[in-house]
Amino acid sequence: MAAVTQLEIDVRSKRYPAVGQAPPVVALNELHFTASVGEFVCIVGPSGCGKTTLLNIIAGLDTDFTGNIVLPATAGRGRPVIGYVFQKPRLLPWRTVEENIRLVLSPAQNRTASVDELLAVMGLIEARHTYPERLSVGMARRVALVRAFAVEPDLLLMDEPFVSLDEETADRLRTLLLDIWSRRPTTVLFVTHDTREAAQLADRVILLTASPGSLRSIVGIDTPRPDRTNGAVVDAIRARIVQPANATTAELTRPR
Amino acid sequence: MSDRWVFWPRAASFVALLAVWQIGSLAVTSRNLPPPLDVLDVLWQRTLDGTIPYHIAVTLARVAVSFTIAMLIGTAIGIAMGRSRKLDRFFDSWLILFLNVPAVVSTILCYVWFGLVEPAAIAAVAVNKIPNVIVTLREGARALNPEFAEMAQVYRLGRAKTLRHVILPELYPFILAAARSGLALVWKIVLVVELLGRSNGVGFQIYSAFQNFAVDEILAYTIAFVAVIQVIEFAILRPLERRAAQWRR
Repeated sequence: MAAVTQLEIDVRSKRYPAVGQAPPVVALNELHFTASVGEFVCIVGPSGCGKTTLLNIIAGLDTDFTGNIVLPATAGRGRPVIGYVFQKPRLLPWRTVEENIRLVLSPAQNRTASVDELLAVMGLIEARHTYPERLSVGMARRVALVRAFAVEPDLLLMDEPFVSLDEETADRLRTLLLDIWSRRPTTVLFVTHDTREAAQLADRVILLTASPGSLRSIVGIDTPRPDRTNGAVVDAIRARIVQPANATTAELTRPR
Repeated sequence: MSDRWVFWPRAASFVALLAVWQIGSLAVTSRNLPPPLDVLDVLWQRTLDGTIPYHIAVTLARVAVSFTIAMLIGTAIGIAMGRSRKLDRFFDSWLILFLNVPAVVSTILCYVWFGLVEPAAIAAVAVNKIPNVIVTLREGARALNPEFAEMAQVYRLGRAKTLRHVILPELYPFILAAARSGLALVWKIVLVVELLGRSNGVGFQIYSAFQNFAVDEILAYTIAFVAVIQVIEFAILRPLERRAAQWRR
């Protein structure tokens, strides 16, 4: 089999069955897109539009849907490796920072010094023997980032990883994320409801409609990232992301 | 609170208990309630001549074996029932039945079915304890955080690693709770089992003393055995508990 080169998402439908009095819910409907290797894709949509559901489907946590997912893979490594930064860091409280990271690594990865390097980049060297409950919220998220990068993922899924942080911390983490991603390039699917965040990070933005989530528009961003520290530049990109024209074109091309 | 404020009230209450006992035995002046010093004397003599250490060792061996078996089987079944609704629904009524079988009944049945042999005694104790372990561990398995299970799945930890590093540490407080209540229950049942069908151990000795109305001996064995169990609690279970909680804030 030829090496797969891109991520292919083809979700025809994802429904949640009726529970008690609540009617069944269509969470995702006719959502198709691709992402090339090393691309940073932001998925933006209002809350409840099925963004987390989409990530869970891609991660293989949710297999109850109709459609098909093709994951990017590195040749010669067998099954594709996924890194997932959940909304909550999901660190095991009974393991130290370093033990949490090393738990998910293969024996070969554990022998190399890459964990040290990642911890250093993220400013976590001092905290490596600390238990998660003693970490600040921002630090715990950095550990979750290190864990996701440490497995050398073919695909990195991120589910609003910087939500409910103060703006300053979130900004610093975004900078760290771009830094670490430039050292360890990988395909990223980054879910957010914040268009500003998407404007700062993405190569391409995929906008979803409200429930059920389906494709509203796709916006490519060419602006070099160093220029996006400027507020005015980011605002201009945001305007392009949310402009109604985008929505209309997508409405026209959206399969019904 | 400082250790001093824990130690002195406890010491005082212990002395008070001895005083009540002493006054009671003076008032009764019967062999049926010997004073504390007489009991201590018996305890001392029987310790020196080796009978108390021997029988306590025999009983402790039974406690250890049946406790281990009960914990292993109960934990496995408890996790299975906590994870699978079908299993839980099917076996729940069995569980309620076994929870309510009196220790004496299961002991007699084991002796009748398997004979007056060591495995029958061990089985009788284990059968009494297993349902309690199941109930505690089932609760623990139900409380497992699905977020950790998802993390383990995405990062492909595999079954063995997930069990060892994710599930068992989450269950550790429940396992410890089952162990503590288990120890308290098992040693009492072991005495019953020894009394009904063994020819050594603390339970057997107490039965012999009962036939001779030797209350001093009964009390001496009781005190010695309770002391040993307390040592086990403090020397083994408490440190384990502290170790399990070290990551907590």
